[in-house]
Amino acid sequence: MIFTIAGKELRALFASPLAWVVLTVMQIITGYAFLRRLDDFLQMQPQLSQTASPPGATELVASPVFGTAAALLLFAIPILAMRLIAEERRNQTMVLLVSAPVSMSEIVLGKFLGLMAFLLAIVALTALMPLSLAGATRLDYGLLASLAAGLALLAASFAAVSLFISCLTVHPVAAAVGAFAALLGMMLTGEAAGDGLRARGWSVVASLAQVLSPGRNFEPFGKGLFDSYAVASSALLIAVFLALAIRQLDAQRLRG
Amino acid sequence: MPEHEAATTISARGLTRSFGSHIAVNNLTLELKRGEVLGFLGPNGAGKTTTMQMLTGNLAPSRGAISICGVDLLEEPAAAKARIGYLPEVPPLYRELTVDEYLMLAAKLHRVPKAHRREAIAAARHRCGLAEVGKKLIGTLSKGYQQRVGIAQAIVHGPEVVILDEPTVGLDPNQIREIRGLIRELGGAHSVILSTHILPEVEAVCDRVQIMHHGNLVYGDTIAALKQFESGATVLLGLRRPPALGELAAVPGVAAAACVEPTLFRLQFTPGGDSTETLVAHAVARGWGLYQLKPAQTSLEDVFVNLTRREEAN
Repeated sequence: MIFTIAGKELRALFASPLAWVVLTVMQIITGYAFLRRLDDFLQMQPQLSQTASPPGATELVASPVFGTAAALLLFAIPILAMRLIAEERRNQTMVLLVSAPVSMSEIVLGKFLGLMAFLLAIVALTALMPLSLAGATRLDYGLLASLAAGLALLAASFAAVSLFISCLTVHPVAAAVGAFAALLGMMLTGEAAGDGLRARGWSVVASLAQVLSPGRNFEPFGKGLFDSYAVASSALLIAVFLALAIRQLDAQRLRG
Repeated sequence: MPEHEAATTISARGLTRSFGSHIAVNNLTLELKRGEVLGFLGPNGAGKTTTMQMLTGNLAPSRGAISICGVDLLEEPAAAKARIGYLPEVPPLYRELTVDEYLMLAAKLHRVPKAHRREAIAAARHRCGLAEVGKKLIGTLSKGYQQRVGIAQAIVHGPEVVILDEPTVGLDPNQIREIRGLIRELGGAHSVILSTHILPEVEAVCDRVQIMHHGNLVYGDTIAALKQFESGATVLLGLRRPPALGELAAVPGVAAAACVEPTLFRLQFTPGGDSTETLVAHAVARGWGLYQLKPAQTSLEDVFVNLTRREEAN
């Protein structure tokens, strides 16, 4: 049943122009960033070759491209997620799902997985750009895999938060703006609080603040580190916001 | 399952729903038997839609219990919901899907087994007159067709109870007639609850009627009983040489007489009796010049207006 709903979301996404516009814009901007970085890399090549153990193309080209994609997802995901609940309720199509013998958890998880399938396609497209250099240079596949995993985790965190905000209102645009503000706020306060707390020596609380900062969790992946703490705190963030979304939808049935 | 239990498809007891201090539905009790079409009638804002939302699990009641074919909706929502088909006031249609894709989605959501899905969709499309438009996008269909897709969605999984919220609003007279025919047909195998504020619709398709007003159930009985409600049969009588009104009222079996036009009278018989014969005999014997005699049905509208007004007066 979860996969029925996920499939429906994915189909609806691709039936609307929104998905194609998002894919196009993402490809143009990350493509531009990729070519700029590649150009810089080629110009720096003579100097790099003189240093001992110079950084490779993956580090200098792929990492920034993934960083650009991450920044773009901060804008794209709230817009994609506003459709999931807010727009369905506004169009009064949510009734079809709620009247069917399907639980709220199945609805929320189905919608989350549908959006994730789309976001994983974006991650794959982003990874294809540096992969196109495979014939010309030696790529660091470990780092590339780590970057892709980090971006996927970041996208999942953004999606869970945006999905929850989408449950709070029937105005799609308000949901998108709210989700964007929430994500930005979490990134900034999560980082600032983390740094401030660590400076005072409260390392445990600082580590907890990291749960709230998807950006901070992305950082180790950018360096090729598979940080299990970052994975765990992302997973916790995703689980909490999905649970909140389910609770919110159940409460709406009680409140009306 | 015992016979009497199988026959009752919906039973709601003491259903109450309040929004803040406003009580939208107050202590409503409702029962529906297999094969019955129940008309749910009331002015706008009477609480019809709220009641239907509760019966379909879209809204939790503040108090009360609902059971669908013996399954408690609040305890086992999935099992109960599988037995219901619901068409809300605004049909929940995805405009970007084709009719077939949409019905396939509805069938999957309602857990129609994979082997039966194609059959179920074809059957629903056939019953709702959608055979030709399966490949069309829902967004490009006319309002009448969209409404039919909404009904098809509600019956695709062969539910035991079909709940339709104002299914004929915004349709042209031909479409209304077709949809009514379809509802009548549905009444054969399923139980149907139909909400409307169009009175002739209830007279045309329903077996039983419940009237709501300000969240309360003010009347509930069969259509036939409703027509007799609080008045005996009434006739319209045309006389060329009418006698005094008092003389008409004095005819045995006539409870009341009123003058509609100088030569046209509305006579009400005493409840339970039909004194048309006596009346004709009197008219002939006394030379009143009888030229017209026809039964004047108490329309549902009169009853409805009476009930809702009386409620207000209280």
